[in-house]
Amino acid sequence: MYEIRIHSRGGQGGVTAARMMASAAVKDGKFATACPFYGAERRGAPIVSFVRIDDTPVRIYSQITRPDMVVVLDPTVMETVNVLDGLKKGGIVFVNTHESLTFPPEFKAYCADITGIALAKNMFVAGSPILNTPVIGAMAKLGIFSHESGKLAIQETFSDVRNVEAAEAAYNEVKL
Amino acid sequence: MKNNLVMGTGNKAVAAAVKMAKPTVVAAYPITPQTEIIESIAEYVEAGEMDARYIPVESEHSAMTACIGAAATGVRVFTATSSHGLLYMHEMLHWAAGARLPIVMGQVNRTIAPGWNTWAEHSDALSQRDTGWLQVYVSTVQEAYDAALMAFRIAEDNRALLPVMINMDGFLLSHIMQPYEMTEPGDFIPPISLPHAIDMDDPHGYGAMSPSNVHFQFRFDMEKAQRAARTVISETEEEFAKRFGRRYAPVEEYLCDDAGVIIVAMGTLGKEAEVAADILRKEGVKAGVMRIRWLRPFPLDMKIQGRELVVIDRDYSFGFGGVVAGEIQARYPEAKMARIIAGLGGQEVTYDDIAEFVRTRKIGTEYWFGIAEEEQ
Amino acid sequence: MTEIPKEEMLLKCPSTCAGCGSLLALRYILKAAGRDTVLVIPACCNSVIQGVYPYMLHTIPVYNIAFAAAAACASGMSEAFRAKGKKTNVIVYAGDGGTADIGIQALSGALEREEDFLYICYDNEAYGNTGMQRSGATPLGAITTTTPNGKRIVKKDLDRMIEAHNLPYQATACASYPADLYNKVKKAISIPGPKFIHILAPCPPGWKTPSEKTVEVGKLAVKSGIWVLWEKEYDKLTISAPSKAAMKRPVPVTDYLSMQGRYKKVDAALAAQIQANVDKNLRKMEAEVKISEGAL
Repeated sequence: MYEIRIHSRGGQGGVTAARMMASAAVKDGKFATACPFYGAERRGAPIVSFVRIDDTPVRIYSQITRPDMVVVLDPTVMETVNVLDGLKKGGIVFVNTHESLTFPPEFKAYCADITGIALAKNMFVAGSPILNTPVIGAMAKLGIFSHESGKLAIQETFSDVRNVEAAEAAYNEVKL
Repeated sequence: MKNNLVMGTGNKAVAAAVKMAKPTVVAAYPITPQTEIIESIAEYVEAGEMDARYIPVESEHSAMTACIGAAATGVRVFTATSSHGLLYMHEMLHWAAGARLPIVMGQVNRTIAPGWNTWAEHSDALSQRDTGWLQVYVSTVQEAYDAALMAFRIAEDNRALLPVMINMDGFLLSHIMQPYEMTEPGDFIPPISLPHAIDMDDPHGYGAMSPSNVHFQFRFDMEKAQRAARTVISETEEEFAKRFGRRYAPVEEYLCDDAGVIIVAMGTLGKEAEVAADILRKEGVKAGVMRIRWLRPFPLDMKIQGRELVVIDRDYSFGFGGVVAGEIQARYPEAKMARIIAGLGGQEVTYDDIAEFVRTRKIGTEYWFGIAEEEQ
Repeated sequence: MTEIPKEEMLLKCPSTCAGCGSLLALRYILKAAGRDTVLVIPACCNSVIQGVYPYMLHTIPVYNIAFAAAAACASGMSEAFRAKGKKTNVIVYAGDGGTADIGIQALSGALEREEDFLYICYDNEAYGNTGMQRSGATPLGAITTTTPNGKRIVKKDLDRMIEAHNLPYQATACASYPADLYNKVKKAISIPGPKFIHILAPCPPGWKTPSEKTVEVGKLAVKSGIWVLWEKEYDKLTISAPSKAAMKRPVPVTDYLSMQGRYKKVDAALAAQIQANVDKNLRKMEAEVKISEGAL
């Protein structure tokens, strides 16, 4: 079982990102679930979503407390939320940022400027840059699912080709 | 991905199954966390993908009543609700069952105010268990889809002619996304043929005053229908397995054959309990799971002799105890059980917690998860 | 002259109180509606007077439903019939409690959704079936079992609440004027969409009048102007012939009040107040007619 926790803000597409990740994993022949944690969240409030990927059907509905991976779509969330909470030793933290951040050495940290990619492609929804499709490319690069399945998952959700292009750009930008 | 799998929520899966079942009338009122079901159906109807009349009623009481009015003419109907919406329907739930109308309802289990809380709990549906409805509780998106398809066939079977409530846990299942197969039912659901449909050439009065002896007989007829529904349900689930390869039973058993202790639960807790059983087995505890799917009609053939039960109730009957534990004890007086109350108001309950319920079980006691020992 | 069919849709065994205004009205409603009609009846006198299973008074299908639920039931039924391509009339026959009070939410919802059925409220101005408790439709001064000294609040203006939904057809009627009622039902069922008819239905035991005076008391209601017969198609308001005549020279409202035991505690001051309310309403109706004719 591989467990991913996604940190974002309401309206940034974190839930859709979770669904596309799970969908991509299923296309790879795995079993997966995606779910948001529902609080009284509103647009702009910090939220978390969960993805579970396994070789057998996922039977767990409770929240992820010991993730294998943490994805931070909006780095400003880190000002109020400890995104590393419960992250397993050796786990991956991926942050959307153009800055270079340092994390404790027991984690594998990766950064990429997802927002920059969205801005470069002029991808906006309701005035905010679209982050959830480029991040799929980054996840593919980190080996969560195949690049091909990631792109298919994007295509079944969004028809605009820029989404897949953004995923390609993010795939290339993440340095292993 | 197997190319027939789609990713979707429990809500979307129920809506998709309803589309496949082709009801003539859908009357509904939105309530969190059910809303996505009826939004999806309204969208199907607007887009012409579903040839149904969608009645956007002004309340749940009217939703159930409009379903009754439509069903009385002999057409297939559907509605969906949750929590307070279900409670607001209460009077008409009795009416629907008493009028022997095969209405199918998607019911998303949510707790009841005050205070406001939209998370999972089974108290809403369990407080309606005496209305005459058949009640099934599901635990995965695929099961929600399959149960919705089967519900129409079961409800409309002339041996049953009782409404069916498909229960799924609010958010935990209604909003989780899982891959599922959107099976085309083909002729699995036969055309509806209501024997007492309104017929202008053979006019009858419906629901007029009935004297005590007749009324008593009507009530016994409802009970006979509930009993007959046991057969209808098994036949339907058998036929479903034969056609589509997915097998269900009124009580789903997991590792029960040699189990010394059995976790009994409904809905998503019953599925997550399987993970707890796996953990316990690794510790040398012969644990199994019985997930009650059909609560009405109540299962009478649970194989619990000689086993200890850990019954988890995501509900409570105040001044009495957990409803599921109470019902099991009433029907199986010899049952030895530890009664756990957990998950009310969406309280987080993990497979680790469930395993711990088993490890620390005290037969004959009731334990409220998360409440201090001295207060129990 | 209106030709009213001879054929009776009700059998000769109603278990009504003698002189029941609601049954008199229903007799003509069904003659107008014809055989392709389903009656939807919420809890009210008419859920009792139809007989005890397995016998029934009506020769057309009757669907009984819970008190608050008539308009919602008719909505579902009408939608199902239309979906099947059937023109069957769906007619709700409900009392004032089931309409103006407990049933108002479902009714308002159905009218707003433009459901295709005719809702008829027979108004006996109290909860008749439970033995005359006050309802929102009980008029000022009337004694009921829960207003033993006479109601101190005016009758709820149900018609203006319904008017707010801007219906293709809305009318008032009275059991004492069967031809007027017959024609209004005929017209209503010829129009698609939501229709509403509000019938004053004298109730001898409730109003404390002799059983043989039902027609007379209903006529006095119209002649005094306390009950006005009219019809409305969207904004177009027409005063019906009996009221047009009455409004020229209405009889004193005390003629109407004094023949009913339920008004026996109305003193001169209250009678004057009721008369003033009647006069004011008639002036309002006249003005509304002028507005509707474009004369104001």
